Amino acid sequence: MSVLVIAEHDNAELKPATLNTVAAATQLGDVDILVAGDNCSAVADTAAKIAGVGKVLKADAPALKTGLAENIAPMIVELSSGYSHILAPATTHGKNIMPRVAALLDVAQISEITSVVSADTFVRPIYAGNAMATVQSADAIKIITVRTTGFDAAPAEGGSATLEDVSNIMDAALSSFVGQELTVSERPELTSAKVVISGGRGMQSGENFPMLEEIADKLGAAVGASRAAVDAGFVPNDYQVGQTGKVVAPDLYIAVGISGAIQHLAGMKDSKVIVAINKDEEAPIFQVADYGLVDDLFEAVPALSAELDK
Amino acid sequence: MKVLVAVKRVVDYNVKIRVNSDQTAVETANVKMSMNPFDEIAVEEGIRLKEAGTASELIAFSIGPKQSQETIRTALAMGADRGILVETDTMVEPLAVAKCLKAVVEKENPDLVIVGKQAIDDDSNQTGQMLAALLGWSQGTFASNLDLSDGSIKVTREVDGGLETVDLKMPAVVTTDLRLNEPRYASLPNIMKAKKKTIDLTNPEELGIDISPRLTVLKVEEPAKRIAGVMVEDVAQLVDKLRNEAKVI
Ligand SMILES: Cc1cc2nc3c(=O)[nH]c(=O)nc-3n(C[C@H](O)[C@H](O)[C@H](O)COP(=O)(O)OP(=O)(O)OC[C@H]3O[C@@H](n4cnc5c(N)ncnc54)[C@H](O)[C@@H]3O)c2cc1C
Ligand SMILES: Nc1ncnc2c1ncn2[C@@H]1O[C@H](COP(=O)(O)O)[C@@H](O)[C@H]1O
Repeated sequence: MSVLVIAEHDNAELKPATLNTVAAATQLGDVDILVAGDNCSAVADTAAKIAGVGKVLKADAPALKTGLAENIAPMIVELSSGYSHILAPATTHGKNIMPRVAALLDVAQISEITSVVSADTFVRPIYAGNAMATVQSADAIKIITVRTTGFDAAPAEGGSATLEDVSNIMDAALSSFVGQELTVSERPELTSAKVVISGGRGMQSGENFPMLEEIADKLGAAVGASRAAVDAGFVPNDYQVGQTGKVVAPDLYIAVGISGAIQHLAGMKDSKVIVAINKDEEAPIFQVADYGLVDDLFEAVPALSAELDK
Repeated sequence: MKVLVAVKRVVDYNVKIRVNSDQTAVETANVKMSMNPFDEIAVEEGIRLKEAGTASELIAFSIGPKQSQETIRTALAMGADRGILVETDTMVEPLAVAKCLKAVVEKENPDLVIVGKQAIDDDSNQTGQMLAALLGWSQGTFASNLDLSDGSIKVTREVDGGLETVDLKMPAVVTTDLRLNEPRYASLPNIMKAKKKTIDLTNPEELGIDISPRLTVLKVEEPAKRIAGVMVEDVAQLVDKLRNEAKVI
């Protein structure tokens, strides 16, 4: 039996999280991929090139334009026969849709897997990643969301999948899209950036974040934040790294003015190298940092920026 | 309009949890338990809808062991009107919670169900979406703002790219995100008053629901520990280490 991956995209571009999800799926069987959207041919073509994908199912209709779970979930259920597993990235898009699919199929969902043990057994973090649970599913079809940091991306090139159109697309007429306020940035996307620099409450205000942006631009980094910085309105919600925000695992994570609460660590402790800048030497962030600097960030950050120019 | 909120009893978010010695579960004996923080936000939102005159009654639901009554009491002390406890000592997975909630919804006929986006113990992030599916209702997940009007509700959602607003036909299920509101503390007089409010007790059998788990937990382990790093003297040393030792910049 094959495995179906739900692609993440914005109708124009395929999102990198899809590649990590395909990587998880290839450990389970032959991979098909569903591109559900509106005017999404370009995405379907990109998806067809992913190494390891056999077939692209393209569901193209206005009802699917904005990712409404009420419209997408029943369609996935229709497509589900013949698949042993259905996987989506554990993004807000995947998290919104997949439990709806699982409930309609009367099966459990296995959330945010970080590794595949066998076709029915998976590892997933619980309690903010302070424990890892190995779970075995007895359901006939496994509905899974994939934590992207657990799997290296599948190659975006090298495949030549066939294309198949999905018909029977319905508008459930339960919900409609009103609008969005997306954060625009020239910097890399937080969850796939090689370097991330995050600010916490210690930043004191949103006006001080350009200090971090300056460094981000020198390192090709994305900017993130703690919950406290988001709650205080320094930066938008999509900057939040942590148990209930985004999970990142870059080569380098720089935490500035962040204490290191377990909920924050849950989102970044799998980074390769962690740097912490904090004026309190007792701050728990230093327990996970590879390099710690006890200093006032308002001194250290400008100095760091200058040093990077040398 | 009736509003139903779900409140789960979980290990308090401040507790540093430990895996038990036979690696089968997380130690929960003699550990501080609290209401799941996202559910406090759900209760608060329900109370605000009552205060605004939009909601007429707020019911707090929980499924779990006897002690979950305390969690419901907390909701009652915050301002919920009455409680319903589905009592069971078994571990309940989100699908089973959603099925029990559905049974209660069919009895109580609320127009809106508010649940947390995620329980901080299992970190599943499933129950609300599953309930909406089982009821055939609309869903507004990860909400940071609600705007109710006649027969519909505008929900601002926290999504990966920023914010998004959807318009849901009522009845609907909403799941809360952190920025929806700041939950109040129960005042002492309200804690006293809450003792007189009713909590109806039922159980999965009575509701006719099979809650047996679909997943078997084979093992629970501590994650790999990071080895302690070094402290650097100054920024120059930091940059030198990043360039020449870690080679990440
Ligand atoms: C349900 C729930 C979910 C949560 N989810 C998340 C999540 O996803 N992500 C998350 O981050 N948090 C989350 N939290 C919040 C978490 O518990 C902490 O409250 C939060 O991470 C603290 O943010 P902070 O480190 O920026 O602030 P604080 O803990 O206040 O720390 C600020 C730090 O800045 C330092 N500092 C201050 N001034 C300076 C200066 N001039 N120079 C250098 N250092 C300075 C201080 O020494 C301190 O260590 C969650 C909490 C709950 C209850
Ligand atoms: N045992 C439970 N009792 C009451 N509510 C629950 C229970 N389990 C889950 N919920 C609700 O569903 C939300 C999401 O939980 P979960 O899907 O487990 O992450 C929680 O925030 C609660 O509002």
